[in-house]
Amino acid sequence: MITTSGVATESAVTIRVDGKEVAVPEGATILDACDAAGVQTPAICYGPTLTPVNVCRVCVVELEGSRALVPSCSRAVEDAMAIHTDSERVRHSRKMVLEFLASGVDVSQADELRQWAEHYGADPDRYVPGGATMDEPVRVQDNLYIRDYDKCVLCYRCVEACGDDAQHTYAISVAGRGFGARISTEFDAPLPDSACVYCGNCVAVCPTNALQFKTEFDLRQADSWRPEDQTVTRTVCSYCGVGCNLELHVQDNQIVKCTSPDDHDVTRGNLCIKGRFGWNYV
Amino acid sequence: MADLRFGDEQPNDAELAAIGTIVSEADAATVVETERVVRGGTARRRGLRHLLLPVLHSLQHEIGWISPGGLNGAAKRLGVPPAEAYGVATFYELLRTTDPGHRDDIVHLCVDPACALAGNEELRSSLEARGAKVCESPCLGQCERAPALFVQGAGRPDRVPADDEEDFRLPQAGDSGLRVLRRVGVVDPASLDSYRDHGGYQALAAAIEMGAEAVIDAVRDSGLSGRGGAAFPTGAKWRAVADEPGPHKHVVANCDESEPGTFKDRVICERDPFAVIESMTIAGLATGAACGWIYIRGEYPRATRRLEGAIAQARAAGLLGRDAAGSGQRFDIELRRGAGAYICGEETALFNSIEGFRGEPRNKPPFPTTRGLFNQPTAVNNPETLLNVLHIATHGPDAYRSVGTERSPGTRLFCLSGRVAAPGLYEVPFGTTLGDLIDLAGGPLGSLAAVLLGGAAGAFVGPDALSMPLTLEDAREAGATLGSGVVTVFDDTADMESVVVRIAEFFRDESCGQCVPCRVGTQRQHEVLVELQASGGPLAPQRAELIDDMARAMADASICGLGHTASSAVRSAVALGLIGKSP
Ligand SMILES: Cc1cc2nc3c(=O)[nH]c(=O)nc-3n(C[C@H](O)[C@H](O)[C@H](O)COP(=O)(O)O)c2cc1C
Ligand code: SF4
Ligand code: SF4
Ligand code: SF4
Ligand code: FES
Ligand code: FES
Repeated sequence: MITTSGVATESAVTIRVDGKEVAVPEGATILDACDAAGVQTPAICYGPTLTPVNVCRVCVVELEGSRALVPSCSRAVEDAMAIHTDSERVRHSRKMVLEFLASGVDVSQADELRQWAEHYGADPDRYVPGGATMDEPVRVQDNLYIRDYDKCVLCYRCVEACGDDAQHTYAISVAGRGFGARISTEFDAPLPDSACVYCGNCVAVCPTNALQFKTEFDLRQADSWRPEDQTVTRTVCSYCGVGCNLELHVQDNQIVKCTSPDDHDVTRGNLCIKGRFGWNYV
Repeated sequence: MADLRFGDEQPNDAELAAIGTIVSEADAATVVETERVVRGGTARRRGLRHLLLPVLHSLQHEIGWISPGGLNGAAKRLGVPPAEAYGVATFYELLRTTDPGHRDDIVHLCVDPACALAGNEELRSSLEARGAKVCESPCLGQCERAPALFVQGAGRPDRVPADDEEDFRLPQAGDSGLRVLRRVGVVDPASLDSYRDHGGYQALAAAIEMGAEAVIDAVRDSGLSGRGGAAFPTGAKWRAVADEPGPHKHVVANCDESEPGTFKDRVICERDPFAVIESMTIAGLATGAACGWIYIRGEYPRATRRLEGAIAQARAAGLLGRDAAGSGQRFDIELRRGAGAYICGEETALFNSIEGFRGEPRNKPPFPTTRGLFNQPTAVNNPETLLNVLHIATHGPDAYRSVGTERSPGTRLFCLSGRVAAPGLYEVPFGTTLGDLIDLAGGPLGSLAAVLLGGAAGAFVGPDALSMPLTLEDAREAGATLGSGVVTVFDDTADMESVVVRIAEFFRDESCGQCVPCRVGTQRQHEVLVELQASGGPLAPQRAELIDDMARAMADASICGLGHTASSAVRSAVALGLIGKSP
């Protein structure tokens, strides 16, 4: 058995995914096992660089012997588990999660989510007309990035990236409760007055484009955002000696956004203000 | 943790004083290891954060709201990022983050079923006519004396007006069959001597004599199961905590009681507080936990005072502390107040609340017995569960099983409210029929239409269920649950559509919002029921299907029991034809 780090290990765990046996290292999640079995799983709140918060529930699977479905992204494998990823119950809950989200959130720029919604036959239009939605104004408070919480699915990814998982700045948190919960600074203070240091790591992990580079936002407003015409160039940031990898997205000879590869050992998708936004001043 | 950055707003002198009553500047400078080991357990990583909710309470109480300056002051003193402190403050119903513009009392008026049946709207009108600032509240745990109020003061203590007028008498006073309630209404709740005169602390003495292993075995053999709703075997829970390695463990008395229709824990904590302390001490000695915590809902000021008084007296008498009751083991108790959040009664949400985080439930596994409060092994129990242990430790498991049924041994508390002649708290052996229980409470008023069993998280049953024996197994078979012992009785004049819309609203309001099925599902479920009510017509087939579709996803994919049960009362009401019937 080969682990993710490529080292043979004795402590492999074998589970059945849709009837097929797969062996994964101890400590792996059911999602890892599904990946190993070649089964694709939708995931919204899970990100490879983030600690699972298991809140969106779109990745649920049926675990034999468990009354409720379990989130595959966070549940550790145990020997002899039997998992079903495409039973009627699983398809139903996944469909409902996607339907629920699309019924109250603007998912027009959440491409992956929309593809899964179509896959599971979600019908967000069957709810009571005039039902509650996120209903938030776009927050444009600086020239670096915007926050459009109409598009927010409350996946907590930005909170994790700003906090324990990467940045340790804790500029944003979830505030309120229930359907009224929102991502917020303290008292919704404008970002420039908050603890934010503009590393942009939250923008990088947002799955719905609720957090967007200002350049992208402006181009979209002008109807000239054309990802198909963009080229991506990998380079090494020159601001300091750490050697962060940058991916510069260029449209019409202009840098329009900057990302960092998730699989890079040093950065794991994260950058600082200079790397992320330095090109703004170039 | 990184250096924290704060906005410009500074706390004023009054706010600094309010913060200082909980944590002084000197306290904040060093994390002090106090005589009372429970303060913060060993959770150094989180430092003083577990004092966040007490500090926010103090600000709310002294100032009337949590201002930006107050929040900054609190966050700075405790080393908590201000955005996170704001996230915590906005989680709780009793904490305000907008300036009310006055320092008048806020009168919380219960809008849940028992109070609606008892004329809460007339009460609202008369309060408002007198200029009172009224806000709506979910069940206040006083359903037997509905309609209920709770008054939140600014600078003045919180109070429950009915407490001052109450001439308390247990409906079953003098009944020799009482076990859990035997001291309620008899003992002086403010006096340790009185408690001892009524047999108090004999169970602890017996438990010390028996030793931890034997106590756990006796609890297991008694067949005692949890009374907080989930009916988990208490012996197995204690065994799991006892078997965990390491010295840092906790026991928690879950006195958050917020299930609509439940008031038993309030009565226990107000009328027999030492029994809660004594039984927690037994739990601590049996499981090897040195730290005890009482988490009590914020709307119970009298129960809070009496428990605090009991803790202080027990500590002074050496019944808590380094060598609790001469057992050779350390055990002490710290009390924490909730601040208006039903979800904080869910055990893992309760841990987060105590730790100073948002009261969001954690995914299980890991279970609390391995990773609970501060990620350390923890036994959480309902007070009614705990009080049963006193009987078991004193009389043994066989005597305990002498009443009840094989699979549901012992007695059970039931909270009767709504349209019954004598609402109140009753203790009967498991296996008593629902009809006999209602008759014990003087019988139904009017013509009985339905009974809500188990509260908002339970289910409606019709008159044909009166012959059902009240046991865990019979309830399960009937698709119902005993839950936390709620029996709310409705007669045929009740507007069941309003009742069901209100139950749906309750779940919408109380969802923590963390997971999608429950955050959106409770909202949409409420919208469908409002639509039905407005239509005045029968439930359309595609709406019935939508209700079922949402219910299945909430039950299957939510993180915690709130989402799992949020549609059960609604669905039972549809199934019984209480709402949405074709004319
Ligand atoms: C939404 C929700 C609210 C709950 N509220 C309470 C409560 O107020 N009191 C309580 O004892 N248990 C409550 N519980 C159950 C607890 O999670 C836990 O099972 C219980 O406290 C364990 O004690 P027991 O085994 O003695 O019943 C609640 C559960 C859920 C899902
Ligand atoms: S830009 Fe960086 S510091 Fe600012 S909110 Fe996002 S993650 Fe936090
Ligand atoms: S802003 Fe984006 S990353 Fe943050 S919670 Fe919303 S959807 Fe998730
Ligand atoms: S089920 Fe509801 S209350 Fe429980 S974690 Fe999910 S959103 Fe929160
Ligand atoms: S991806 Fe697993 S719960 Fe969100
Ligand atoms: S106090 Fe009003 S219903 Fe419980």
